[in-house]
Parts: sequence; C-alpha cells; structure tokens
Amino acid sequence: MTPAQLEIQLITAVTAAACALVGVFLVLRRSAMLSDAISHAILPGIVLGFFLTEDLASPVLLIAAAGTGIVTVAIIEAVGNTRLVKQDAAIGLVFPALFSIGVILIARFASGVHLDTDAVLLGDPAFAWIERFSVGGRDLGPKALWLMGSILVLIVGFVVLFYKELKLATFDSALAAALGFAPIALHYALMSLVSVTAVGAFDVVGSILVVALMIAPPAAAYLLTDRLPVLLGLAVGIGVASAVGGYWLARLLDASIAGAMATMTGVLFALVFAFAPERGLVAQARRRASQRREFARRMLLVHLLHHEHTPEAERECRVPHLQEHLRWEPSFAETAVRYAERTGTVRRAGDRLSLTATGRTAAQEAMVE
Amino acid sequence: MDVLQALFSDYTLRTVALGAATLGVVSGSLGTFAVLRGQSLLGDAISHAALPGIAVAFLLTSSKAPLVLVLGAALAGWLGTLAVMQITERSRIPFDAALGLVLSVFFGFGMMLLTVIQRLPNANQAGLDKFLFGQAAALLTADVVVMAVLGAVALLVMVLFWKEFKLLLFDPDYAASLGFPIRAIDVLLTTLLVIAIVIGLQTVGVVLMSAILIAPAAAARQWTDRLTLVVLLAAVFGALSGVAGAVLSATTQRLPTGPTIVLCATVLVVVSLLFAPNRGVVAGWWRTLRNRRVLRTAGVLEDLYTLALQHPDLHHGHAIGALRTMTARPASVEPSLQVLERRGWVEPKGEEAWALTDDGLVMARQLCGEKEEA
Repeated sequence: MTPAQLEIQLITAVTAAACALVGVFLVLRRSAMLSDAISHAILPGIVLGFFLTEDLASPVLLIAAAGTGIVTVAIIEAVGNTRLVKQDAAIGLVFPALFSIGVILIARFASGVHLDTDAVLLGDPAFAWIERFSVGGRDLGPKALWLMGSILVLIVGFVVLFYKELKLATFDSALAAALGFAPIALHYALMSLVSVTAVGAFDVVGSILVVALMIAPPAAAYLLTDRLPVLLGLAVGIGVASAVGGYWLARLLDASIAGAMATMTGVLFALVFAFAPERGLVAQARRRASQRREFARRMLLVHLLHHEHTPEAERECRVPHLQEHLRWEPSFAETAVRYAERTGTVRRAGDRLSLTATGRTAAQEAMVE
Repeated sequence: MDVLQALFSDYTLRTVALGAATLGVVSGSLGTFAVLRGQSLLGDAISHAALPGIAVAFLLTSSKAPLVLVLGAALAGWLGTLAVMQITERSRIPFDAALGLVLSVFFGFGMMLLTVIQRLPNANQAGLDKFLFGQAAALLTADVVVMAVLGAVALLVMVLFWKEFKLLLFDPDYAASLGFPIRAIDVLLTTLLVIAIVIGLQTVGVVLMSAILIAPAAAARQWTDRLTLVVLLAAVFGALSGVAGAVLSATTQRLPTGPTIVLCATVLVVVSLLFAPNRGVVAGWWRTLRNRRVLRTAGVLEDLYTLALQHPDLHHGHAIGALRTMTARPASVEPSLQVLERRGWVEPKGEEAWALTDDGLVMARQLCGEKEEA
C-alpha cells in the first residue's frame, strides 16, 4: 500500500465515521431525507462561497454552505407549516430548486474552474490526498484529512456534550420540550452539523455518497441493537468498513471510489437486513417456522387428548388421519409428529399415536391457555 | 415572438419542446397521485434507482437505443421501489430512511457502473452521463416517439383505472372492503409512476426528475379541490414548465435543461402557494384581516344591542362614550360604527349618539343567537 492509498482510505474512513454519527440521529428522528435535501441544497452556498474566496478549501465556504443548509431546513419547515403541501412534498420542492440554482450558477459563471456538477454529485476520493496541509514547509498530511478530522472531532464533541439532550429529544421530543431542553434549537444544531459534514464531504465523496454514508450504516446498525451507544458505535464501524471495502472494490474494478463505497454500504445493509440475529429476514423466517411447529405440536396434543380413551381413538389418533382432520400436508404432519416425539410428548407405534404423561399435562396446559 | 416562430420552424427546437411537453403532461398528471398519497419522495428514489438500470442495459446490449435504455431504467426503478417496500414492511426502518438508502445506494452503484463503462475499451459510452442532468438539446425524434408512446400508454391506463386509483388515494380501507385488489392497484400505480419518471430522465436527468413529479401537482392542488381538475391542471403546469425550461435552455448558452425546467416549475409553485384563491397564503392573510375587522365591528354591534336592550325603545340612540367604555379598544369604536353604517346596520341619532336600524337588529339577534348555540 502506498502512502497515497493509505491516506485515501483514512480520509474516506474519517468521512464515513462523521456521516454515520450524525446519520444515526437523522434515521432515528425520521428525518433521513433531510440529509438528501441538505446535501443537494448546499450547492448554491458552496458556489457563492467559492465566488467570494476563489478557494474550495476555504473555511468561508464551510460557513456559507452550512448557513445554506440551515436556511434550507427553515424554508422546508416554513413551506410545510403553511399546510398547503405535505412535509415530504415540501422537501421535494425546496431542495431541487436550490440545487438547480447552484447548477445554473456553476454552468453560467464557473465553467472551467475546478467546480463542476459531476464532482459535486460524485466527488472523487482518488484525488483527495493531493492538496496538502503544511505548516512552515513541513507536510502534515492531506488537507481533506484535516478538514474531515476536525469535523469528526466537532461532531464527537457535540454528541458527547449533548448526549443526554439528544437522546431525550430524539426519543421523546415533547418531554424534552416540557423539561426545557429546547429540542428545536437542538434540531437546528444537528442540522447545521449535517450541513457542515455534507460540505466537508462533498469535495471528497460527493453529495449522493454523503446520503449513503449518513443513512445506510445507521439503518443497518438500527437492525442490530436497541441501545443508543451501541448503535452509534456499530454505525461508525459499518461506515468505516464500507469506506475501506469500497476503496478496494473500486481498485478491483477500476471504478469510481465514491460509487463503490455507496455500493458497499448497500451490500453491508443487505447482509444485515438478511442475517441480523433478531430482526433479519432469516431470523424472522426461523422464528415463524418454530412458532408454526410449536403451534402444530399443541394442536396435535389437544387432538390426541380429546380422543384419548374414546371409541374413535383407534381411527382418529393416526398419522394419516391428521391430513383429513387438521388439514395438514403429509410432510408437515410428519414434521409435527417427529417434533412432538422429540419433545417426549407423543409416542408412535406404527401409525398409531398416543400421549405420554408429559404430553397429557402439556395438552391440558395448552387448553387452559 | 422569435421563439414562437422558431418553435414551428426550427426542427431541433420543435423536437425539444414536444419532448418536454410530453414529459410535463405525463409526470404532472401521474405525479399528482404520488403527491396526494404522501409519497412525494418516492419519485426521487425511483429516478435515482433508475441509473444502474441504464448502465446495465448498455453493458448488456452495447446499444444506446432509447427503448433499451428506458426499459433498463424502468426495471431498475421498479426494483428500487420494491426494495423500499420490502425494507419498510419487513423491518423497523422508517419509510424515509428506506427511501434515502435505496436512492443513494442504487445511484452510487449506477455511478460505479458508469465509470466501469467509461474505462471499457472502444465503448461508445458518450451520452450516458446526460442522464445525470438531462440534455434537452440532444433529444432526437426517436427519443420523443418512445416518450410519447410510453406516456400515452401510461395516461390511457390512468384513465381506465381512474376509479380504482381515486379510491386507493382517498380510502384504501374502504376499497379493500369492497373487494378491490388494493395491492395490485398499488403496484399498477407505482408502475405508471416509474414510466413517467423514465420518460423524463433523458430530458431532466436523474437528480432533478422528482421535482417535475412534485412541483406541478403541488401547484395545481392549490387551485382546486377536485381530483380531475388537479390532475388536468398539473398536466398543464407540467407541460408549461417543461416547454418553457427546455426552450430557454436550448436557446441560451450554458443553461442546463433539468435545472431550468425545475426552476420554471418552482416559479409556478411559488405563485400558486401565494396567490391561489381560498388556499393561497395571500388569500389566507386577506381572510384573517377581514375576520379581524368583522369581529371588531360585530363586537360594537353587539354592545349597541346590549345597550338597546336596557331601553324600552330598541331604536333609541346611545352615546358613543357609553360604547367606548364597553370595549378594551375604545379607539376602534368610531371606525367600526362607520363600517356598520355603510352596511346599513346602525344610524347616527343626534349629537354623538348611535342607534340600531331594523337590519342591524336582525343582525345583532343573529349574532347573539349563534353565540348562545355555540
């Protein structure tokens, strides 16, 4: 691994961690699409900041764009509060308009400079290491790493400092307001962090990947745990894993790193969605199957108990008869009977079934329930 | 005027305008359903999700025929919607997070594929990236024909299933109780939405397509409460912003199509939000102002009635000073009396005194009666 490769991975990993941290709160607060809105709507802010400073790495840009992000959220809420359109329509109306203004500004006044719309949408981590940060002639690493590193520190500081407030406002905003924790101020603080992260990251990974990094890792982590601290840790872990995995996928295919990273966040989410221990598809299917089996066993026990010691017992308590009586497929009847046998509740002699002592108690209990 | 003339004589411009009009009509009318169902942002997810479909279609067929790319886009967009539905149904991930996830992951995957295509030897891939922001000037007659045919089919299906869609929109539970296959109708409507989106991709681009779905519908909704009219109006608004944007961008240097169309549509939305009768913001202010005045004058009328009740003659004149003592805003008594006089409800009686007229008496009784009922 060359130093440049290592630096690219470091930059993307730090970006992913920063995005995942704010993303957790966006996903939990059901405002995930605001990340999409903000990451697009900051474009005019970036362009105007760029006109002012002529420098893409200037802090003025960060402030201008973060301001635009907050203004965006405010406009969305103002439009939504007129109650003339729904909140989601408000999002869908406001950010494309702002983004369009940005694109047109670039096309008309900034063509030829290092600021084109493809780069904004997609960014390119492959060149993020080229601009260096140096003090007194000493090279201290890529500028992008310092920028994203400071943003990450800012976010970690914010989350640690306001952890209790964030948690309360996220899970019970009404209670937070009643207790005087100013959930609205917190909301806007969070949104400005989202904006700052999006601005810092747009040059590195592009705005769409910002959305992928903010939503996919927290969503995946959300399927793995119920505890906020664990959720934050897992989201960061999954984000960093997607960043590094995406880098190597891009190397393998000789493709866009940002695109590959977004793809990796999707792959990791899909894996979690399928195989999460309690909430995954497989776990859900297994739980359903075991509930079905358990229910079938109880049905069988009750059925046997009902006909025990009666004249029809000889006819009723037979495996083939279950098909007719309980409408079970032969294979399912066989499974259910085997399961009942294994739990020691049913004895089988040929086709003839009878309850064991445990089975009889279990059947009686099932009927009482 | 020059533009109008050019519209009919210039081949390119005519093609562009026709394409944009088709796109506007189809996405305007179908977008209405998405907006009214509270699924405005679904279009955003679908249009982003279409990108890998375009790339895969090109990878598989090496063809840039509009129909092939549109089919690929539609298939991918449809898969994206399916993914959103499955994620929200089978896990606790909220709808908007599922949208954002599918949108960004599919889009990222599509961009990855596009860069792979770019690096293929001899790949004639030029032009695929116009799907990002759209390029109206590059529309060919073949493109417009595909757009028009697909759009016509989509609109025809919409008309055929109008009743079902309307029912799904306003009362899905009732529809289900009547035995309509809600699930199938939902899938059909989403499929139409996907068609509307892929039609517009080449002109507006993936990134901004959702705005063309939402904006005309949101604007049209402000003018009327009837679904038929909203859909028709949205189609008109869509066509209007499509043609205006496409023609502006085709005739002006360095004015990208997608953003221009979006801004034209946004202008329509802003105008509608502000100035639509009844629902509009300005109409709302006007109503508030009028209500406030009516409330104030009604208060004075009621006060005068209260005084009149204390006197054997209901039409006896009462001093304005007495009325002033009965309200927290003595300064507003005089102008209110003048308003009431213009309506013929009160009349001056001698020096500084006012009395109820017959009409005013009826009005005051009505006012008090309503209040007692409330």
